[in-house]
Amino acid sequence: MSNIPSELKYTKSHEWISDNENGTVTVGITDHAQELLGDLVFVEQPEVGKELEAEEACAVVESVKAASDIYAPLAGEVVEVNEKLEDEPELINSDPYGEGWLFKMKLADPDSLESLLSADDYAAEADQ
Amino acid sequence: MLIFEHATPGRRATAQAPATMADIDLPKRFARKSPTGLPEVSEMQAVRHYTRLSQKNFSIDTHFYPLGSCTMKYNPRACNSLAMLPGMLNRHPHAPLSHSQGFLQMMYELQEMLKEVTGMAGVSLTPMAGAQGEFAGIAMIRAYHDSRGDAERSEILVPDAAHGTNPATAIMCGYKVREIPTDEQGDVDLDALKAAVGPQTAGLMLTNPSTLGVFERNIMEIARIVHEAGGLLYYDGANLNAILGKVRPGDMGFDVIHMNLHKTFSTPHGGGGPGSGAVGVAERLMPYRPIPVVARDGDTYRWLTEDDLPDSMGRLSAFAGNAGVLIRAYIYMRMLGKAGMPRIAEFATLNANYLEKRLVEAGFDAAFPQRRASHEFIITLQKEAKELKVTAMDFAKRLLDFGFHAPTTYFPLLVPECLLIEPTESETKEEIDGFVAAMVAILEEARNEPDTVRSAPHTMPNRRFDEVSAARKPDLRWRPGE
Repeated sequence: MSNIPSELKYTKSHEWISDNENGTVTVGITDHAQELLGDLVFVEQPEVGKELEAEEACAVVESVKAASDIYAPLAGEVVEVNEKLEDEPELINSDPYGEGWLFKMKLADPDSLESLLSADDYAAEADQ
Repeated sequence: MLIFEHATPGRRATAQAPATMADIDLPKRFARKSPTGLPEVSEMQAVRHYTRLSQKNFSIDTHFYPLGSCTMKYNPRACNSLAMLPGMLNRHPHAPLSHSQGFLQMMYELQEMLKEVTGMAGVSLTPMAGAQGEFAGIAMIRAYHDSRGDAERSEILVPDAAHGTNPATAIMCGYKVREIPTDEQGDVDLDALKAAVGPQTAGLMLTNPSTLGVFERNIMEIARIVHEAGGLLYYDGANLNAILGKVRPGDMGFDVIHMNLHKTFSTPHGGGGPGSGAVGVAERLMPYRPIPVVARDGDTYRWLTEDDLPDSMGRLSAFAGNAGVLIRAYIYMRMLGKAGMPRIAEFATLNANYLEKRLVEAGFDAAFPQRRASHEFIITLQKEAKELKVTAMDFAKRLLDFGFHAPTTYFPLLVPECLLIEPTESETKEEIDGFVAAMVAILEEARNEPDTVRSAPHTMPNRRFDEVSAARKPDLRWRPGE
């Protein structure tokens, strides 16, 4: 089974969300997702300042197998993107929960975090 | 090896280049200052180089080519040789109508045959390829809504089993895309569709049979839901081969369709063109057809242009599509006749179902075991990837060593570790049995000597490519001295 850190939140579409405890969250894709995708070759990030709706397709990750949309887990504004991924998309494969993070967003509603999946819920989803 | 790497300074092929050049009175400032950079090789070297390259082709002419979703079927030689008759080849597109009656008659009859086989009210042959056909189709949907003052419709619905070109087309035509999920049986999720339609719905794009290799059974219900919401129905003709002469998109309620004449009607494809994405329309979209269209007035034929179809979505090429591809389609359909048309679908689906059944008997997992295959089907190697650590890509590469082109891998995205297999109607039972034997042999290898499969191919001019570097750092050009 792939690595699913218990302190993070998750979506059905395989994003992880980390609460930075200052009204912003960091978003990436799970270990399970990077494993399914295979070697990443390209990442298209959202623009900083962009207002996203929950579940809006906002980024694209492309692997040797497929290009996949990344969805905004919650509504909010993009405040930072991981620019290192432009040259080193493989960071998503090697360190999906660390150096391979995608972007940070300021949540429209900080309480909305509670609506996301827990690690156990996600593990059950990913197992299907 | 590139032709430049065979070069020796000063070597030349005298048959091609005269030894002395006539004095040409060229102003000095136009004369080039650097060498041309052409490869300096002998005629024999050039011949051998290109002959060797051509021998490396892995093509339908040399190998079984079950590339699902692509319909790599045999294109009868007769279609090609008849299309190459001097009268066909040398007709100038600006030739007057009186000199082009034969050509126009063929195009008119092709339009009529396509109308009949698809059940549409009108056809335009002008789109130059599938992508242009899709574009024309959605542009016609937009023109229809606009003409009724119904400009608020902003969304095109696309099932997740659709071809990737469908959402791209909708975006190109200025629409937003809303994805509709597929249920476990491979049909469109009707509840999700009902929830998604509304006054913002411009239309739905559907491939039937779908990319999952199954026929969409609820198509009449889907058509009703979309039409009641005021949207139109678009048929992607990618998989038309499966239903030729059997069921017609027009009868399923589609308002507009495109056909890939190059894949269904006898033009070799896969090399990037030329193609033909002819479109068919229902009555209400007739005014918006791309021009020109051929019309018959009594015994003579002429082009319909802006004067006849002022609301047309426009022109898509300088003349009228790729004439050579259209002529091949015409000849192919005339050779088959009305009686031959359904046999394409019958043999394509028979071959696919036979192959699927045999692979399942051999221990492979069908993605939709409860469904009958259409002209193609999906097997999933999830079990093999998990238990044997041998992936769909490894199987695909190893098939090359057995003399078979790999099926489509990792598409559609909905099915993990998948191979999308389309044998087409033109293969014999023996050839299909040979493919099954190869798959069984590879499965055996995957159990006993998995590294042989993981490192395949072993017999091709090139071994396994480094796909990651190829995508990240593509090496696409050559310059002298590099």
